[in-house]
Amino acid sequence: MTSVGARHPVRIIGVGNLFRGDDAAGLLAARRLKALVGDRADVIEAELAGLDVLDLMAEASAVILIDAARSGQPAGTIHRLNASAGPISADLFPHSTHVLNAVDAIEIGRTLGLLPPRVIVYGVEVGDTTAGNDLSPAVAEVLDQVVERVVHELEGLSCTSGS
Amino acid sequence: MSESKETKTRTIAVDLIARVEGEGALRVTVKDGVVQDVELRIFEPPRFFEAFLVGRHYDEVPDIVARICGICPVAYQMSAVHALEQIFAVSVEGALRDLRRMIYCGEWIESHTLHVYMLHAPDFLGYASAIAMAKDHPEIVTRGLRLKKAGNALMTLLGGRSVHPVSVKVGGFSRVPLRRELEGLKEELLWARDAAVETVRWVAGFDYPDFAQDYTFVALRPPDEYPFNEGPILSSGGVKISAVEFEHHFREEQAPYSTALQCRLNGASYLVGPLARLNLNHDHLSPLGKLALADTRLSLPLCNPFHAIVARSVEILYAIEETLRIIDRYEPPPSPSVPVTVRAGTGMACTEAPRGILYHRYRVDGDGLIREAKIVPPTSQNQRRIEEDLRAYLPSVLDLSNEQAAMGCEKVIRCYDPCISCATHFLKLDIQRDR
Repeated sequence: MTSVGARHPVRIIGVGNLFRGDDAAGLLAARRLKALVGDRADVIEAELAGLDVLDLMAEASAVILIDAARSGQPAGTIHRLNASAGPISADLFPHSTHVLNAVDAIEIGRTLGLLPPRVIVYGVEVGDTTAGNDLSPAVAEVLDQVVERVVHELEGLSCTSGS
Repeated sequence: MSESKETKTRTIAVDLIARVEGEGALRVTVKDGVVQDVELRIFEPPRFFEAFLVGRHYDEVPDIVARICGICPVAYQMSAVHALEQIFAVSVEGALRDLRRMIYCGEWIESHTLHVYMLHAPDFLGYASAIAMAKDHPEIVTRGLRLKKAGNALMTLLGGRSVHPVSVKVGGFSRVPLRRELEGLKEELLWARDAAVETVRWVAGFDYPDFAQDYTFVALRPPDEYPFNEGPILSSGGVKISAVEFEHHFREEQAPYSTALQCRLNGASYLVGPLARLNLNHDHLSPLGKLALADTRLSLPLCNPFHAIVARSVEILYAIEETLRIIDRYEPPPSPSVPVTVRAGTGMACTEAPRGILYHRYRVDGDGLIREAKIVPPTSQNQRRIEEDLRAYLPSVLDLSNEQAAMGCEKVIRCYDPCISCATHFLKLDIQRDR
């Protein structure tokens, strides 16, 4: 994760824990996207960022955030949530007394008027999040699809935002 | 939430914990209206990391252990580098030692501010979450965000990134800041100092439950400074040892109902973290910190777990002041790190993570490969004490609804800011009522 400085107005933020199986999905998607988006966006591997997501979104015109989700649907299900349209369901993302997750950060940002004009959240439904495990086959299979959809999303953003 | 009239067993599932890992549960057994068993079950990531580190080169350790916890990566890195430096007989002094204190300050500011403002204050002000609190008190939450950001800025400058710092290494840092880079943080830190004083004042005005407990406090106690990286381990019961002796006095036991190990000091529970640190080191606060603490009108030692939010706030103030002091005297060191000569051996270290002392022990071979690793995080040290607090607290909520009882237990657990998040997904409170 780089420091917040002069940044591209369009940002892709991947959140996750590299050492916890499917929880790495968002992080690994960002890693693949880095090679694909060139100068069309700033791609940020945000590791375990929760509230820090707010700082990473500061002064952006559009943000695509990718994180692990757990809503009870089959592993590998891809959720797309338009946070610009209104509050997004935190039920998709696990909660904590110890950290705030990226979705909590988005909602605090909304309450305080800090959200960029366009925020899209991709949640990848997890299966196995055992410490030390690799991605489960179900999540590994859809990672390219997530990357493809984010690239497509980026093209759409360019058309509408002019960036 | 489920309730079975036939079995008289009530289960309350509380959305309590963590990213996407594991499960945590609190199981309470009540017989004839008396609390019998209180079992907090948590899964701890350090267990996995202890095994994962074996066979790795020592210089990979800081980067690996930083991933144990997204909230306190610096703590894991600091305990690791100090333990490894003990093996290699490396001493990190002067400006490098100062910078280590400073990056720790950054973590304390970040971690404590997150907890005080976003996780703990809503409990006292009657909100379900920081999001709900932000609707009514946007100015307070905005102040919390800005204060946390001051910690982020320190972590970013010294660690290379605000989450999961990458510049900490055995012998020092991979890069040290220029004087003007640190000077650039000063203006915001001066604002943060005032905001921290306000924070202490703000939390001191909360309404606290009357819940004093009889604790054994354990913290590092250096002779002439508030503790971060160094100092003997002191207990309020009179134990004073070095980290090398940690395992002779502190024993981890496997609780049958949990994958977490519980740590005891000479067989008994004890408390680590902001309350313990402040009670054992309040004389090392600065004049401003002492004044802010005195203004709370709370008498020391603080023995009510709910007052941990006050201790955290005082420590935020201390960390900001300490950073300003270090900036004022900073002269960049001749080199960002001191040379390291690998040799086989075993080393131990304890440093003060935001949640309390964090013990690491490593055995390294002549090639610099890790042969054995042991990590005792603060939460496993506090776990037994959390259970004892819950046992004392439960009688006051047993007559309430399941939901209210669970909420009360959650509030007690939250005082400790337990680092279960790296591990568990839901806390289920299961009250077994045997009549």
